[in-house]
Amino acid sequence: MTNHWTDIKNADVVLIMGGNAAEAHPCGFKWVTEAKHHNKAKLVVVDPRFTRSAAMSDYYAPIRVGTDIAFLGGIINYLLANDKIQHEYVKAYTNASFVVNASYKCEDGIFCGYDEAKRKYDNKDWAYELDKDGFAVVDETMQHERCVMQIIKRHYSRYTPEMVETICGTPKAAFLKVCEMIATTSRPDRVMTIMYALGWTQHSQGSQMIRTGAMVQLLLGNIGLAGGGMNALRGHSNIQGLTDLGLLSNLLPGYMTLPGQSEQKIEDYLAKRALKPLRPNQMSYWQNYPKFFVSFQKAWWGKAATAENQWAYDYLPKLDKGYDVLQAFEMMHQGKINGYLCQGFNPVASFPNKAKIVGALSKLKFLVIIDPLATETSEFWQNFGPYNDVKPEEIQTEVLRLPSTCFAEEDGSLTNSGRWLQWHWKGAEPPGEAKADPEIMAEIFTRVRALYQKDQGAFPDPIVNLTWPYRNPKFPSPEELAMEFSGKALADVTDPKDPTKVLAKAGEQVAGFAQLRDDGSTSCGCWIYSGSWTQAGNQMARRDNADPFGIGQTLNWAWAWPANRRILYNRASADPAGKPWNAKRKLVAWTGEKWAGSDIPDMRPDAKPEEGVGPFIMTAEGVAKLFVPSGMVDGPLPEHYEPFESPLATNPLNPKNAKAFANPAARVFKGDMEQFGKPDKFPYAATTYRLTEHFHYWTKHVHDNAVAQPQQFVEIGEELAAAKGIRNGDKVRVTSNRGKIETVAVVTKRIRTITCDGKKVFQVGIPIHWGFKGVAQRGYIANTLTPFVGDANTQTPEFKAFTVNIEKA
Amino acid sequence: MDMNRRQFFKVCSAGIGGSSIAALGFSVKPALAEARNFKLARTTETRNTCPYCSVGCGIIMYSLGDKSKNVKAEIIHIEGDPDHPVNRGTLCPKGAGLMGFIHSENRLKHPEYRAPGSKEWKRISWDEAFGKIAKLMKDDRDKNFVAKTDDGLTVNRWLTTGFLAASASSNESGYITHKVVRSMGMLVFDNQARV
Repeated sequence: MTNHWTDIKNADVVLIMGGNAAEAHPCGFKWVTEAKHHNKAKLVVVDPRFTRSAAMSDYYAPIRVGTDIAFLGGIINYLLANDKIQHEYVKAYTNASFVVNASYKCEDGIFCGYDEAKRKYDNKDWAYELDKDGFAVVDETMQHERCVMQIIKRHYSRYTPEMVETICGTPKAAFLKVCEMIATTSRPDRVMTIMYALGWTQHSQGSQMIRTGAMVQLLLGNIGLAGGGMNALRGHSNIQGLTDLGLLSNLLPGYMTLPGQSEQKIEDYLAKRALKPLRPNQMSYWQNYPKFFVSFQKAWWGKAATAENQWAYDYLPKLDKGYDVLQAFEMMHQGKINGYLCQGFNPVASFPNKAKIVGALSKLKFLVIIDPLATETSEFWQNFGPYNDVKPEEIQTEVLRLPSTCFAEEDGSLTNSGRWLQWHWKGAEPPGEAKADPEIMAEIFTRVRALYQKDQGAFPDPIVNLTWPYRNPKFPSPEELAMEFSGKALADVTDPKDPTKVLAKAGEQVAGFAQLRDDGSTSCGCWIYSGSWTQAGNQMARRDNADPFGIGQTLNWAWAWPANRRILYNRASADPAGKPWNAKRKLVAWTGEKWAGSDIPDMRPDAKPEEGVGPFIMTAEGVAKLFVPSGMVDGPLPEHYEPFESPLATNPLNPKNAKAFANPAARVFKGDMEQFGKPDKFPYAATTYRLTEHFHYWTKHVHDNAVAQPQQFVEIGEELAAAKGIRNGDKVRVTSNRGKIETVAVVTKRIRTITCDGKKVFQVGIPIHWGFKGVAQRGYIANTLTPFVGDANTQTPEFKAFTVNIEKA
Repeated sequence: MDMNRRQFFKVCSAGIGGSSIAALGFSVKPALAEARNFKLARTTETRNTCPYCSVGCGIIMYSLGDKSKNVKAEIIHIEGDPDHPVNRGTLCPKGAGLMGFIHSENRLKHPEYRAPGSKEWKRISWDEAFGKIAKLMKDDRDKNFVAKTDDGLTVNRWLTTGFLAASASSNESGYITHKVVRSMGMLVFDNQARV
């Protein structure tokens, strides 16, 4: 979230799209009702199903699964065509005035630079035009035909209300009603928040859906304001934290990235990431990358990381490509992976195309499970009748299952969606012999290290030199680990403006990332978490809920990254002169000497407004990017593509170009393309979803939740039910080109029939919570049906839009 | 009057036996006959965070036992933390069942091993489990570690073993997990955020 849960109460309009907070995040959703009751806010919900969020809404519009870019692109067209944008904000805080290269173009849904054989773009022609000093050329009037404003006007002019109706199935009148409600927030004193979740991420064009939403918010001037922002409602209690800490194939902590194999020297690696400003006076804060990186290497390799050995740069593995989970299971399926360790994760249930996942695990030599619960993955080799029809005697995988503790049995911090790191305390001992994850990881590590110390082996250096300063090497304490990622001074850190002034003495915790250095004098395991544990102690454990400004900014409750800042880009909550757009919701303002207010300013504290330092300090431009010259693999602007499995045979936006049917830059493995279903055999659009009584695949192990929702079902609308002769409670068989599930049908009014491109489209809703382990009734893994393809940028699987057939069983 | 929750419970339970209620015009006798000590008054309160979705609701866990040595604490009740600025004491249908997660009959209790082709688990000791895992990992790493590519680039990567990290483990668990996994050169590494 750019903002945080409590802040939702400050909104005038709330758009929930690609999520269902009332059921999936109920205690966070209460801030929507708070906004409705106390701020007269209007709630707009756009969803294929009439969810409980929709039931609470002031206006609901239906949409076909997987068509959100068409809908949001239509909103962009409406805002531009009806002059409903926040002009001053757009001009000063976005790249609308930047001029793009003459060679840029987009034709029939394909951007320039496309290589069809590789399914990849070369983005060199998406760049800005640069002046002789290397700065981007801008046209303040925004009239230049190649400036971003004119490019997006042309690009989205195709997204008319009629086209939205054709693609999305949303009646034109309903679409226009949503546009009108949203457009009221183009006034500087009104603000809208967007709340989204997996309904936007789990698509082959998910990243671009989110970007389209962000573009709408930028045009309305709603980013950086209290009650505004782009608010991702993350699915689990600490996937925000684990992402922040870089536990992904290509990441390092704090959104630093692993080197590619072509970056053989540290200078090449750093130069690409320490971005030079693209406009005069901009902060381009990633220029500090070397400080964060060297401090990180010092945290992990201590004295073994020296200026002479490029801070142990060779210790980091170098990438030739991404090894995300889809790539990993593809390799496993091909027999190229021997060992796999799953910590608190259940891939048999969570990943697409269950048959492929179980087949892949069956080819492993060894599998290690670390979990508090008996998951499906840990027993993938066991026969559970129709739910898991395998032959154990043919599966040669060795499996080790290790019991771990749960939240109640450990100390530590979790990072919520609002970026708050909240400390929690142990309340009981774990059952049996269960051990905490840090203890399990430490045991595995110290034993592997001992083997390398004794017998040598392949490149032991990064293992034997890894810092391990913990009082009990077999069980590092959460306090020690938190202090390590927050960072400390290894030598005295002095003020660059006054070298006689010591900011942090050797051995002390640093106060924040501003004190990190690139000369090896500081260590910090995760720069964005720097300041979470200072000399004053554990900031994450703070429990003062005072809200002195009355707008929900509890700065002394827990600790938020970065720098305890609660709302990102909050400089944009004030106009270019430093005066808040809305004095009632003041976040920061220029006092005449400095930036101050109810939040930690997201700006150099002494940057005078007349210096024109842009509020988007992490970008080289200093402003937000409506058009992205680099960073997205599938285009500088979002374009509507059909899901890989669609009930339509062509993409109505570009009907004559087969290349632009589904995301042309999404990676598809050999064999998976052939498994995509076609509308003749699988005519119905399907989506998976969650119920309020259950949490993913965990609560089927919990008695009360299993009682509340004991049995698997699928949800269909009345018209489809009548056409198929299915009554409420009838047993049905749902098939995709990858498998089948058998369960009961729940016939509701919540899923309406819509008309797209002149064709009636029926949609099928598939709750995900069942499996073959647990105390609830057994059910089929919903992901038996889902396709093995991910978003082009993130490789997040397309769980939210695929096709099925349904028959009475 | 400034009073935290614990003090409030104490005053309530202690006050019944005193005369303050009588002073308000109640008869003490029926009150004494009705009152039982509130069960939670004798428990230990521990602050925690709901491990399900990303709202991060504050919870209070009530356990029997005072955490002194040789006392094994047992959590008997969980409720929303009224001081928490987001959930303000509430819990959703998922969070309201947290007790059942802690005490689920499907909690794993000891390390187990499934041999190739076997239909069953065999209980093993932690020492045996860790010993096996360390050896399996080192053997595979030594055999398949790629120090250099064919064209001479230094890459120091290990691609034949992968790791999938959790979604509800603490930042501290995540940090030490990353440190261990990456120091070995693993790239096949993701967490739940990927899906």
